[in-house]
Amino acid sequence: MLEQILALLPQVIFDGLILGFVYAMVALGYTMVYGVLELINFAHSEIFMIGAVVGVEVFRYLAPHVGNGLLLLLLALVLGGVVAGITAILVERFAYRPLRKRGTTNRLVPLITAIGVSFILQDLVRFIEGLWHNEFFLRMRTVEDLEGSVELFGGAIFAQTKSFILMGVSILMLLGLTYLVNRTKLGVAIRAVAQDLSTASLMGIDPDRIISRTFLIGGSLGGVAGVLFALQYTTITPYVGFLPGIKAFTAAVLGGIGNIPGAMLGGLVLGQLENFFGTYLPILTGGNFGTEYKDVVAFLILIFILLVRPQGLLGQVVKEKV
Amino acid sequence: MRKIGLLVAGVAALGMALGQANVIKIATQSPLSGPQAALGEQIKLGAELAIEEAKAKFKALGFDLVLVPYDDQANPDVGVANANRIINDPDILGVVGHLNSGVAIPSSEVYARVNLVMVSPANTNPRVTDRKLPNVNRICGRDDVQGPVGAEYAFNNLKVKNVFIIHDKTAYGQGLAEEFKKRLEALGGKAVAFVGTEETSNFVPIINQIRGARPVPELIYFGGIYSQIGPFVKQLRERGVKTRLMGGDGLDASEFVRLAGKENAAGTFYTTVAGPVSAFPKAKAVAQRFKQKYGKDMEGFGIYAYDAANVILAGLEAAIKAAGDKKPTREQVAQAVRQVKMEGLTGTIEFDDKGDNKKAKYFIMQVASTGKWEDNKLIRVIEMAAPGAR
Repeated sequence: MLEQILALLPQVIFDGLILGFVYAMVALGYTMVYGVLELINFAHSEIFMIGAVVGVEVFRYLAPHVGNGLLLLLLALVLGGVVAGITAILVERFAYRPLRKRGTTNRLVPLITAIGVSFILQDLVRFIEGLWHNEFFLRMRTVEDLEGSVELFGGAIFAQTKSFILMGVSILMLLGLTYLVNRTKLGVAIRAVAQDLSTASLMGIDPDRIISRTFLIGGSLGGVAGVLFALQYTTITPYVGFLPGIKAFTAAVLGGIGNIPGAMLGGLVLGQLENFFGTYLPILTGGNFGTEYKDVVAFLILIFILLVRPQGLLGQVVKEKV
Repeated sequence: MRKIGLLVAGVAALGMALGQANVIKIATQSPLSGPQAALGEQIKLGAELAIEEAKAKFKALGFDLVLVPYDDQANPDVGVANANRIINDPDILGVVGHLNSGVAIPSSEVYARVNLVMVSPANTNPRVTDRKLPNVNRICGRDDVQGPVGAEYAFNNLKVKNVFIIHDKTAYGQGLAEEFKKRLEALGGKAVAFVGTEETSNFVPIINQIRGARPVPELIYFGGIYSQIGPFVKQLRERGVKTRLMGGDGLDASEFVRLAGKENAAGTFYTTVAGPVSAFPKAKAVAQRFKQKYGKDMEGFGIYAYDAANVILAGLEAAIKAAGDKKPTREQVAQAVRQVKMEGLTGTIEFDDKGDNKKAKYFIMQVASTGKWEDNKLIRVIEMAAPGAR
């Protein structure tokens, strides 16, 4: 048994990393919005899905015209990010801001709104795709340049070109975001609004603009993650965002919600846990518990971690705002 | 507003209670939206074609024949809710449906309350008829034959001993996989693993299990629906796993090729209870009319739905005559349908005491490399009675 586990281990860690980066990128959207508004933006999983759908459509329509696979992917990533970012801004503008302006203090109201927006976006995409192509399952078009594969470490790891692209793009985006938040004016403004919205506005920061930018950044990250997800796992439906969304949200909480490096770490940990138990549960339990229990075990571990560290892995205990 | 609502409800209830003397409706229930719509639409259109063609005949008998399609969304809750609406419409005298056994079983219990006859073109779970409801019939085969037929072909003809078995945790998929496993082990084969999954996008953990499984599986059996198996196969082949694959009738849709990619789908074996148009010489002309009318190819479930609707119509006609050219009761129709013996497109249809077709057909197919579903190779046809039938 041990031999069997060890033989697969490098592959499992590698695959877990891929999944982890997807969760990390989506988790950032949750954590940033939570940071500035203390709102759990459940519609973010649909922003992710919209990115994936845009990716599929770009590949469908541009693949015959763009010879270079990498250029095509770049176009898909940019368009996916832009469309998802704009959708996120629109959602904020028309669903959350009016509530904020009316001074709703009940936290449940925006939360329920977010869930509602999530359903609306799902069925809107389903409706549009239904009319456009009469397709429920959207399949990512295969482009030769991106389909290569290599075996590393004497066949211990089977890796696809697109997996490396996924990791590379994610790392770039994560580094870029860290730079943006820590070293730029916009980053300072975002952090200021996150710390104290009303004081920040006294310092000459327009909170609405900053909140809108936050949604744009989180949304585009989600959209890019969606395109990469579609490239990796190939079949997309209007409801595909739900599970990765919930898991990315969990990752954000695990890392300490509101904390950007925490969200990345949480995503990577969750990806590893899920893939590890998905692969090994049947082997470890002699076939009594199948892959279907992977989430149960992964979430049990999460509950345990949160019992020990309620603030999350990298979160700090924050005193209630006065 | 409320008063108007009450008024509308009242009028509707009145209309329902009275019914219309000369209108007979046949309902279909199948998923018309969502992931399995491609299969569900075949059922609706197959039944619709049969009803369109019988309209003139029933007009001569003095009745307007109408089809009312319901969308069960492949969801048991929706199916049961629709079933309650169906039994409250007294003009509905028969139901063609469903696609999913998990939906058909609870819904048919609702029909049974009023003895409304259901003829299923596609439900293969043994429990559909094993409950011995007098109103439930099916013209297709059963999983406890379909699974073993697949296992026997794999063991005897493909010479496969070690099989990695996956299922989708539904009444259909898991049931089929269990029947496959039972027969495989009885023959002397071995299930290397028996894994359930609801996953729809990331199959990597299962693929890793397959790669690491010892003894090395020579075949993967997947009890599930094309929507899940398609992306699974694509990821499997992309990762360089060449192990052969077999599935049940849930794979029997051209969408499978689109989702898996034709080079990945090619060579996949599947058993089905609804054979292709090419397996039924008599279906050719009907398939042409189908294509002409709906602009789509008629697939297996379309043919079976056409037959299922015709079985109901044959029973209905007999019941009308027995009732002295008056509108028969639902009970009379249900009894008449159970007695029907007719030659359909798919062969002789005649029900046993449980409502199973006395001799159902099972097909072993292989997906073609051309990517066209109608090119799929028919390897063999097996005709078999349901277990324990009299």
